Amino acid sequence: MTRLRSAAELEQLRSAIVSSRNPARPCIAVCAGAACHGQDSQLVADALRAEVDRLGPAAGVELRVTGCHGYCAKGPNVVVNPAELCYFEVKPEDAADVVASARNGTVVERLVYRDPVTGEASARMSEVPFYKHQTRLLIGDNTRIDPMRIDDYIAAGGYAALAKALFKMTPEQVVDEVKRANLRGRGGGGFPAGQKWETAKNAPGDERYVIVNGHEGEPGAFMDRAIFTGNPHKVLEGLIIGAYAIGSHQGYIYTRHDSPQLIRHIEQALAQAEAHGLLGQDILGSGFDFRVELHFDVGIFVSGESSALMRSIEGLPPEPRPKYIRTSVAGIRDKPSNLNNVETWANVPQIIERGAEWYAGIGTERSKGTKLVSLSGHVVASGVVEVPMGTPLRTIVHDIGGGVAQGKALKAVHFGGPMGGSIPADLVDARLDFDELAKLGAPIGAGGLLVMDEDTDMVEVARYFLEWLTNESCGKCVPCREGMWQTMRVLENITKGQGRRGDIERLEDLNDVTSAACLCALGKTSADPLKSMLRYFKPEYEAQIARGEKRDDAAVGSASR
Amino acid sequence: MDSALLNPILDQHRGKPGDLIHVLMAIQHQNHWLPREVLLQVAEALEIPFGRVMRIATLYKTFSLTPKGRHEVQVCNGISCHLRGAKELMAAIERATGVKAGETDADWRFSVQSGACLGTCSIGPEIIVDGTHHVRMTPDQVAGVLEQYP
Repeated sequence: MTRLRSAAELEQLRSAIVSSRNPARPCIAVCAGAACHGQDSQLVADALRAEVDRLGPAAGVELRVTGCHGYCAKGPNVVVNPAELCYFEVKPEDAADVVASARNGTVVERLVYRDPVTGEASARMSEVPFYKHQTRLLIGDNTRIDPMRIDDYIAAGGYAALAKALFKMTPEQVVDEVKRANLRGRGGGGFPAGQKWETAKNAPGDERYVIVNGHEGEPGAFMDRAIFTGNPHKVLEGLIIGAYAIGSHQGYIYTRHDSPQLIRHIEQALAQAEAHGLLGQDILGSGFDFRVELHFDVGIFVSGESSALMRSIEGLPPEPRPKYIRTSVAGIRDKPSNLNNVETWANVPQIIERGAEWYAGIGTERSKGTKLVSLSGHVVASGVVEVPMGTPLRTIVHDIGGGVAQGKALKAVHFGGPMGGSIPADLVDARLDFDELAKLGAPIGAGGLLVMDEDTDMVEVARYFLEWLTNESCGKCVPCREGMWQTMRVLENITKGQGRRGDIERLEDLNDVTSAACLCALGKTSADPLKSMLRYFKPEYEAQIARGEKRDDAAVGSASR
Repeated sequence: MDSALLNPILDQHRGKPGDLIHVLMAIQHQNHWLPREVLLQVAEALEIPFGRVMRIATLYKTFSLTPKGRHEVQVCNGISCHLRGAKELMAAIERATGVKAGETDADWRFSVQSGACLGTCSIGPEIIVDGTHHVRMTPDQVAGVLEQYP
């Protein structure tokens, strides 16, 4: 491939790819996302490949192995385009029927979605309940893109936003566009991305860095992987645009080491972008240079915290530092370093391409755009969901998620993993909004939504989160290292029926200290799940403690006899 | 660890202290654990104190300072798997193998690990043996799955 030397050459390449493809030609997309992969989607892809090869090119059927489609609970997923027929729980032996369906437009009735109550079939994506309530701006392309082929991304309009930014906008205009779109950070804090960019841009110094945080260490969060593995160029394009806006010539991607597929796709995307002149020296002939290095977390949650992550990129232990000076001013090697989450970067190309007004038209007053949500726990249809901000949680849990598994009643929904919070079932009409949910005590965090059924023991859930966090803390500061440990011990005793009088006050006391005194967000927000539970589920805690108290009283009674 | 495997890794990163994690990742991947004499060579090659190598090698869960068995059994204990019964699954594995998470049995057959979160919550609880997922597991299926790995 020759390097593209101008925006016009990119457009020429795009038209060449598009005109070489027949949009009416059937294409079978096999999901190779994490959950489908775990259910041997590779065997399904192999069987489909064998069938397509057997029929030969005359059959006119294409096959694409793609990233996550979303409906993980019913994997392995297969979508037949352009009709968008959705086939679920596909097995290798279904290959012949699926290929026949692609060729002649018939529907394989046994593989389509059926309503669990009425038995009514829905064959198209626009009819399947899991998909029809979504707005899939970010993840929608996943069924049309082979993540290993930059051509697929370019055919879908990829890198047009980069060309627009480089040739039609000044860096200041790009920052301004992102600010006006009011894009807020998707990694957990909800901090306005444009404002962060501006800080990094204006910070003193010649050298500055941009970083993709793809750590995604929170249990129950898997949406970043879905977008990064399934459409790596989207994230990369966002990063390059951000680098141009901020004036950075060196970027870093920090991600998980434990998904070979994710690593392969990112490495391939970087290599292909470089070969096409979309990375490296003189990008698209604009004179702008930008390079990207890939770094990995090798298994500790705290390294997803921005300052710890930057230490890790330097090769040092991932320990956070106090943030009275922001990392956007002094980060990697003390240079201004702008870090955003995978999903935040993925939003950038569409904001540049379609404009801030369009983007700000989606969502609520203060939370704009769509949000990817990983739906898991006691829910029927778990998977990766994308909905506009402002969508009621009820829609996500009941309409998209199909409600609580095994016909049980909903007890709580939990957002944000071990640093988030739980709200009871009667608040399920709350809207997906950074500020509204934070006020209720269940901040969105990165977007992991956990459904809990009526039999869930809330003390045990809080204990689980604390145990998890104590193993993921770096141990640098005392309030985190010791505070979380003591909190966990109190909770452990309660779950064992060894609660004592005053435990609630002890927990509240510990919560106050860790929230105020810990160095980084891991410790500071470690008390959040417990706080939300003491707010909404206190009687349950009191009842469990009372079991221990009774035991204590009995012991005192027998000792005094 | 065979020096024919180790040396190319070290040569690639010689004199670059910042590459420590990359080097340890490559060795862990090749050798499945980090022997002390190898770590001493890493310190020398990257020109950093041995203590710093140990600091990183002991901090991250991926790195093992003890040898591994023939089969690596991983149980996801992410919150969704936890809610769906990962604890009972772990107990069944402990009964079947006789070892706890983080340990290897006396026959060097199984190394058992627990970890979160693999992002495959929709098909949990699950155990992963040598990279193969066994999904939506119940405790009574554990023995049958482990039998497939002699």
